[in-house]
Amino acid sequence: MATRFKTVQGGRGQSNSQDTYFDYSLLFTVLFLIGFGLMMIYSSSSYRANLDYNDSAYFLKKQLTAALLGIVCMVVVSYIPYHFWEKLAVPAYVISIGLIPLVLTPLGYSSHGARRWIRIVGFSLQPAEVAKLSMVIFLACLVCKMGKRIRTMKGFFVLMIPPGIVAVMVWKITQNMSSAIIILGIAVLMIFVASPDYKRFIIMALVVVGGAALVVFVIVKMASSPEMMEKLEFRGLRILAWLNPEAYADDKGFQTLQALYAIGSGGIFGKGLGESVQKLGFLPEAQNDMIFSIICEELGLFGAVAVILLFLLLIWRCMIIANNAPDLFGALLVVGVMGHLAIQVILNIAVCTSVIPNTGISLPFISYGGSSVMFLLIEIGIVLNVGRSIRLKDL
Amino acid sequence: MSNKNKTYNRKKVVTLFFFCAITFVLLTVRLVDLMIFQSAYYTDKAEDLHERERSIKAARGRILDRNGVVLADNKTVCTISVIHSQLEDKEEVISFLCEKLELSEEFVRKRVEKYSSMERIRSNVPKELGDEIREADLPGVKVDEDYKRYYPYDALASKVLGFTGGDNQGIIGLEVIYDEYLSGEEGTILTLTDAAGIEIEAASEHRREPVPGNDLVLSLDYNIQSYATQLAKQVMATKEADRVSLIVMNPKNGEIMAMVDVPEFNLNEPYTLTPEYEALRAREEARKQAAKERQAAKNGEETGVPEEEKKSEEELKQEKLNGMWRNGCINDTYEPGSTFKVITAAAALETNSVTLADTFSCPGFIIVDDRKIRCHKVGGHGAEDFTKGICNSCNPVFVTLGLRVGADRYYDCLKQFGLLERTGVDLPGEAGTIMHKKDAIGNVELATMSFGQSFQITPLQLATTVSSLVNGGKRVTPHLAVRAVDELGNQAESFEKEAGRQIVSTETSETLQMLLEKVVSEGGGSKAQIEGYSIGGKTATSQTLPRGSGRYIASFVGFSPADDPEVLALVVIHSPQGTYYGGQIAAPVIRQLFENVLPYLEK
Repeated sequence: MATRFKTVQGGRGQSNSQDTYFDYSLLFTVLFLIGFGLMMIYSSSSYRANLDYNDSAYFLKKQLTAALLGIVCMVVVSYIPYHFWEKLAVPAYVISIGLIPLVLTPLGYSSHGARRWIRIVGFSLQPAEVAKLSMVIFLACLVCKMGKRIRTMKGFFVLMIPPGIVAVMVWKITQNMSSAIIILGIAVLMIFVASPDYKRFIIMALVVVGGAALVVFVIVKMASSPEMMEKLEFRGLRILAWLNPEAYADDKGFQTLQALYAIGSGGIFGKGLGESVQKLGFLPEAQNDMIFSIICEELGLFGAVAVILLFLLLIWRCMIIANNAPDLFGALLVVGVMGHLAIQVILNIAVCTSVIPNTGISLPFISYGGSSVMFLLIEIGIVLNVGRSIRLKDL
Repeated sequence: MSNKNKTYNRKKVVTLFFFCAITFVLLTVRLVDLMIFQSAYYTDKAEDLHERERSIKAARGRILDRNGVVLADNKTVCTISVIHSQLEDKEEVISFLCEKLELSEEFVRKRVEKYSSMERIRSNVPKELGDEIREADLPGVKVDEDYKRYYPYDALASKVLGFTGGDNQGIIGLEVIYDEYLSGEEGTILTLTDAAGIEIEAASEHRREPVPGNDLVLSLDYNIQSYATQLAKQVMATKEADRVSLIVMNPKNGEIMAMVDVPEFNLNEPYTLTPEYEALRAREEARKQAAKERQAAKNGEETGVPEEEKKSEEELKQEKLNGMWRNGCINDTYEPGSTFKVITAAAALETNSVTLADTFSCPGFIIVDDRKIRCHKVGGHGAEDFTKGICNSCNPVFVTLGLRVGADRYYDCLKQFGLLERTGVDLPGEAGTIMHKKDAIGNVELATMSFGQSFQITPLQLATTVSSLVNGGKRVTPHLAVRAVDELGNQAESFEKEAGRQIVSTETSETLQMLLEKVVSEGGGSKAQIEGYSIGGKTATSQTLPRGSGRYIASFVGFSPADDPEVLALVVIHSPQGTYYGGQIAAPVIRQLFENVLPYLEK
């Protein structure tokens, strides 16, 4: 495998006297996903945008701006040697923590009924996205600093403290449980890679799955008695709606059901690009969290599988870079990004297909969302720089 | 670097990758399940959600006369609506629609600003105006085309044709009876809509085309109907009569060629009371009031304005409209008077109670039981044979005939002639015959019945019965519709009626033809004579019920040619002023009619 890259990439001589590696596959996969995402955002949002803003390209324009800005950032970051981030790890962590409470100040603003954004000099920013990036850097740094101590149970819990603080803040202050889960997930995956142990992680996974099953069981039991039913908060209702979306079709199950209608009616080859009906106001957040459903409806099973394969390709490239990174810090940075991508893709598709209860998670590079795409591109820039530092003679 | 990327780290990254890959595969399996195996289920569900059914009106069938003249047609009209979510410049739309549709700004503004998916501004807008509005191409303004019933000749045959309501369904007349043929089948468009219910343009439509209604071809003749209407109006005007009914029919098969009942009304504005009807109504009210006062004076009571049952404005309007729409030829009954002597003669001939050679003597009255029944000629007709008796329309002769036939046989004859049932005409609301019960017919009743009093029938019943008696003796069913024709001109249904059972023998029928021909050529119907044509007929002068009002009904039934009738006409003039004898005022109407219709029919 390694020799193959030597021949492929070797032809492109860099200005450096030394032959270096650059992962064009990763870059082009990302660029393709961005382009595909813009197309799908236009397709899924143009009808509503025309009705609501009198401009069918309203969402497209905003996303395009964010994407272009993100690409510039990605290119710049890809030239910054990744060890530079080591120095920024602590300030970044502090800043990201500091940003979260700002959503409650006048700088913050609400959208879709949740106060998750802040506006700084004309740009709106989701602190949770900043937190994800800074968490990857901070944790990679911390793991390297702790060395062998991470192998103990105590080390594990010490490592989980910083992401735990951020996750709780994101969950409690911005009411964004999904981002909190992602932050914790990224942290666990990074520690999983850093530590040689398997058993502990398998037990942990079983505990999480068992716990989730117990929660679902308790909620279903509660729902059977009317007085307990009233005590269920909206997350509890979401779980009930997930188990039986058609019974909650007017309320909590609405989005799930509409997503299933979109996916199911797509069939094998889809209705054709731009032909979705569910995007015409039936499916809430069609250009956002639910964009995968619209992809399924318009491009069918083939389009959906193609998108999944692209993400698999992306994760595979991350794996290649991580495993060839010159040091553990670089490898962990890449693993953090890889985990971030994988978790979001899996959870998003799982929500759209109603495999897990509905929670707001966007599809990387494709869903509408400026902060998300910008920070993802910065993360890809870091991965590309880690890739650059691979010396071909080391392979 | 102090921290090397160790082998176990790499293994873990690979593990992580495969864990992701497996999860992706599992999600793909879920997608395959949803998009292949459950695809049909969700596609159906989604389509239920997206499709809206919208009906397309079917064009209502036209009504044509026997020669293809269109009596009832469809006109394209437009409905103007606004689609709230597509509106751009509301002020412009408001001012534009106010100006074009001549509506108040307040009215239009309320509708334009109302938040609904689609709001109707005005329907029944003429097509030209609708086109103008469509050409202005204002976003959010929608112009839909629709059909509206249109009657090219306004009031012509109004009580026969009838009109339709808002949903294009028949309200009265032929439009009701033949509704199922005329209305056709509505089509449907299944359109895709967005979540707000707004139709998506350019989305493929599932369309079921409407089936237009069948055209209805009548036996009615536009020319005869027009002329008959003109004559009826003329006699109503000159004689200041209340109403005039005129029926022209083919006595052989019952086809009605004209049916007039003036005053008529404008079919294009059926809910507007005509001045003629208002005047008639006012006259009737005044008479009622006068009668009441007389009654009160007679009883020696104080005359005062009695407490009328208070009717609401709306009920009163509806009552007036119903009165205006009534077809006197079939919805109302009257005492036929002397024209009914034709029936008595037929009964007497058929029961062999009389021969042409029989002679009678009329002293000016006849005593039946304890009652003295007068002849209309006070001095009496003296000695006369049967032919002379019918020419003179002599009451004692017919009382004698009636008594000879006897109550039982006379009643059986009426039954056999079809007089006790409805004629079965294809118009709604036909009134039945009002007749004594068989066992309640004593000599006095029998005597009055013999010359057409003490019971009531509709004018159409009389015309139909006389037709059946003089056409060779076969009972006919009067009808207007001949056939239904589909859009391609193929006959969809035939409504022609076979002549029915033999009600009198051919000989009786021929005798009647001869006798009635004599009535016109030598007797009371002489004013119906036309040079060169043989015409049979019978006059009548009867009283408007209740008796003693001093108002009369003059009528005449005539047919031609006398020995093989092709056309039969009956005119009934209600409450003429001045001369009120049928022979004087009704017979000339039929003469005028025949003068034009007979040559016309020969062509």
